[in-house]
Amino acid sequence: MASDKIKAVNDADFDATTASATPTLVDFWAPWCGPCKAIGPVVEDLAQEYAGKVTILKMNVDDNPATPGRFGIRAIPTLILFKSGEVVDQITGAVGKAQLSELIKKAL
Amino acid sequence: MAKTHYQLIILGGGPAGLTAGLYAARARLDHLLIEKGAEGGQVLLTDWVDNYPGFPDGLSGFELSEKMAAHAKRFDLQTLTANVTAMDLSVSPRQLTLEDGSTLSCDTLIICTGARPRLLDVPGEQEMAGKGVSYCATCDAPFYRGLRVAVVGGGNTAVQEAGHLTKFAEQVTIIHRRDTLRATGIIQEKAFANPKIDYIWNSRVTAISGEKGVEQLKLINNDGQESTLDVDGIFVLVGVIPNNEMLPLDLLTADEYGFIPTDGEMRTAVPGVMAAGDIRSKDVRQIINAAGEGATAVLAAEHYLNSTIQ
Repeated sequence: MASDKIKAVNDADFDATTASATPTLVDFWAPWCGPCKAIGPVVEDLAQEYAGKVTILKMNVDDNPATPGRFGIRAIPTLILFKSGEVVDQITGAVGKAQLSELIKKAL
Repeated sequence: MAKTHYQLIILGGGPAGLTAGLYAARARLDHLLIEKGAEGGQVLLTDWVDNYPGFPDGLSGFELSEKMAAHAKRFDLQTLTANVTAMDLSVSPRQLTLEDGSTLSCDTLIICTGARPRLLDVPGEQEMAGKGVSYCATCDAPFYRGLRVAVVGGGNTAVQEAGHLTKFAEQVTIIHRRDTLRATGIIQEKAFANPKIDYIWNSRVTAISGEKGVEQLKLINNDGQESTLDVDGIFVLVGVIPNNEMLPLDLLTADEYGFIPTDGEMRTAVPGVMAAGDIRSKDVRQIINAAGEGATAVLAAEHYLNSTIQ
């Protein structure tokens, strides 16, 4: 699910990657999750649109159990917006592009 | 300039839309299927499909939707990923407005926008969404390894997904407002034989609470007695509501729940506009029905196109 604009992040490099002052949106997903697949094209679109302004990352929760646990994630897709390592806001479920745009704007 | 007019637009890429797409592509209609996310619709939420003919071993909802999409694309199904926010069905050709403000037009339209899970609408539900409140057992079951969860509902989806949850959760409690399940025979049989599933009958959830995530449900039974249930998660599987926000409901004579009535050929009250799948006003919402209706709707569209040629 990673692409040129969207990098995969894992438990080991999560803190270092989200510590940036550049807003970072992390898409927590798993291969067996249909709605995660459904939201994929929307996240890709946003990555193009906000290229350079917002970093968009994906974390596979199957391979990385520690980070979702730390953030109390019990449902996917969950998208959490970070700025300087702090959680700005989060959203769960296969929401539309407009809603995700609203989320991102909270950190811009 | 990009093409903006089509003989047929199919709105939605679940089983109804993908089947309509398959038939439209094979009929060589000048068509476009518009889907807001990935193709598949609600089937993507389904853990396992055991009642779709032709797949004797069953298959995952995910796999079935991928196969349906691949099948239609083999015949050059044309698709667009976009969100339709409004439409004008009072003009010819019919006009659709996309989220980015652009418009598309079509001679015939098949509405396959489907439905989505209904909410309980109780205190704590929205606040705890993603923190223990879930509408998709297939997606979220693995987060409940060794934990206790409740499933609200007594239909096919609720009872089947309760079974799926027992692969992970320690205990699954089905909370149902009646004293019998509505799910089909074989699904009930499996549930009653599953030692990890227990039941609270004749009861409704009135509140969901917890500190950082779901910890407790407040219940009331049909006699008015209140009780609580300690759980780590609650799966709300109490039916569906229509995805109709972009539809002119008056013109389409929507029923009291917002679903769209059609005749046996899937024709709505608006000439040249068909509806298929879960958005239709009907009692049975199965994948096989949706697929069949999608096929019927394309034949109705072809008939309409042929009859209106000057």
